Amino acid sequence: MSEPVRISAPLTDAVVEKLKAGDKVLITGVMYTARDAAHKRLIELLNAGKELPLDLKGQIIYYVGPTPEKPGEVIGSAGPTTSGRMDAYTPRLIELGLKGMVGKGARSKEVRDSIIAHKAVYMAAVGGAAALIRRSIKKAEIIAYEDLGPEAIRRLEVVDFPAIVVNDVHGGDLFLQGVEKFRRVS
Amino acid sequence: MRQVSVKDITKKVRDLCISAACDLEPDVASAIRSALDKEESALGKEVLGQIVENFEIAGREHLPMCQDTGISVFFVEIGREVALDGSLEEAVNEGVRQGYKEGYLRKSVCHPLKRINTGDNTPAIIHTAIVEGGKVKIKIAPKGAGSENMSRLKMLKPAEGVEGIKAFVIETVKEAGGNPCPPIVLGVGIGGSFEKCAILAKKALLRPLGTQNPDNELNALEQELLGKINDLGIGPMGFGGRITALAVHVEASPCHIASLPVAVNIQCHADRHKEVEI
Repeated sequence: MSEPVRISAPLTDAVVEKLKAGDKVLITGVMYTARDAAHKRLIELLNAGKELPLDLKGQIIYYVGPTPEKPGEVIGSAGPTTSGRMDAYTPRLIELGLKGMVGKGARSKEVRDSIIAHKAVYMAAVGGAAALIRRSIKKAEIIAYEDLGPEAIRRLEVVDFPAIVVNDVHGGDLFLQGVEKFRRVS
Repeated sequence: MRQVSVKDITKKVRDLCISAACDLEPDVASAIRSALDKEESALGKEVLGQIVENFEIAGREHLPMCQDTGISVFFVEIGREVALDGSLEEAVNEGVRQGYKEGYLRKSVCHPLKRINTGDNTPAIIHTAIVEGGKVKIKIAPKGAGSENMSRLKMLKPAEGVEGIKAFVIETVKEAGGNPCPPIVLGVGIGGSFEKCAILAKKALLRPLGTQNPDNELNALEQELLGKINDLGIGPMGFGGRITALAVHVEASPCHIASLPVAVNIQCHADRHKEVEI
């Protein structure tokens, strides 16, 4: 296994361009959480011509709905959810400057095309590794939609958050490339 | 008659909810460790290594291994000599309410159309059976949506036969790809009726990993399907690799002469199940 690439968040074009499908990365910096319900509200705001509760430029969205934190703790268990459920909303956010997404599972063609067109990156974290991933989250603060509970938008500060690049700006797709290598049937 | 207090059931259910979320059962832990030994893909090994590290941390620090602590599914067997002093349904739901609150588990149940969270992870899904004897057996299998969403049911034509069943199972796994958090466990229900085959598939997931199907024909089908699924190359988290499934479990039941129902219930590697007897 090759050594992980350390990247800082928010992301820049220069960093995103260097990432390739299959790269192991450790993310340090800021990420925002959002799932289905928060995405729906963001798109509704855009449709109404209103301002979003966060500036998406360069940011990473982590698809997660953590368990409640115990008293005195930063966050509960916090592994990725299935990214495909956000596909309908994602291209719009990438157009607004969203640079990175972390989740699990495959993305739609529209999202993959948008990643290439606008220089973004889709990364996967290990689904179900929620207690392990939690350790890399040093600070968590709800910045919008508190009523959504686990689905509220949180600003996370992370150190060495482990992820793997799935879709890169060059059209690389780990799901296609990886499975091709190990498939024994046509 | 043997009196069983519903308060006791509530307490047991509360504890089961919390321990199922945090402590992976030894059969699953050992299947994942053995997958780590067998996996040939470097990235696949990395993923499995993180999964092992994760369930070790979860068990040690009493943290949910996955943030999706699931919708609470129960199989409750009530001995016919048992007399309960109250409502079983209320007792189980109260246990879920207490467990999800006091165990800091995520409440993941909402109204299907309004999408408003019920706030306490109820109502639980409760399957009951009246059995011989004087005991109450409660099995819990909290189910996350990542894998549940990739599950499928199909009413095959009898002419499609066992080949049709195999093709449907494999197509379901292929279509699911990395979404259900492989390595997965597959519960396959064959026969019965529309709803019966789905329940059989769910029940099949509760058989401990590493145990053989007592029916020779079904055992052979399980082995064949497991081999074919692992040949798909999906691998841990869908990044490519040899281990896509840890096991395939099949349950069958007679069906109508004109039907061949098949249900495929996919379970992620966080295969949480616990049971208790009162």
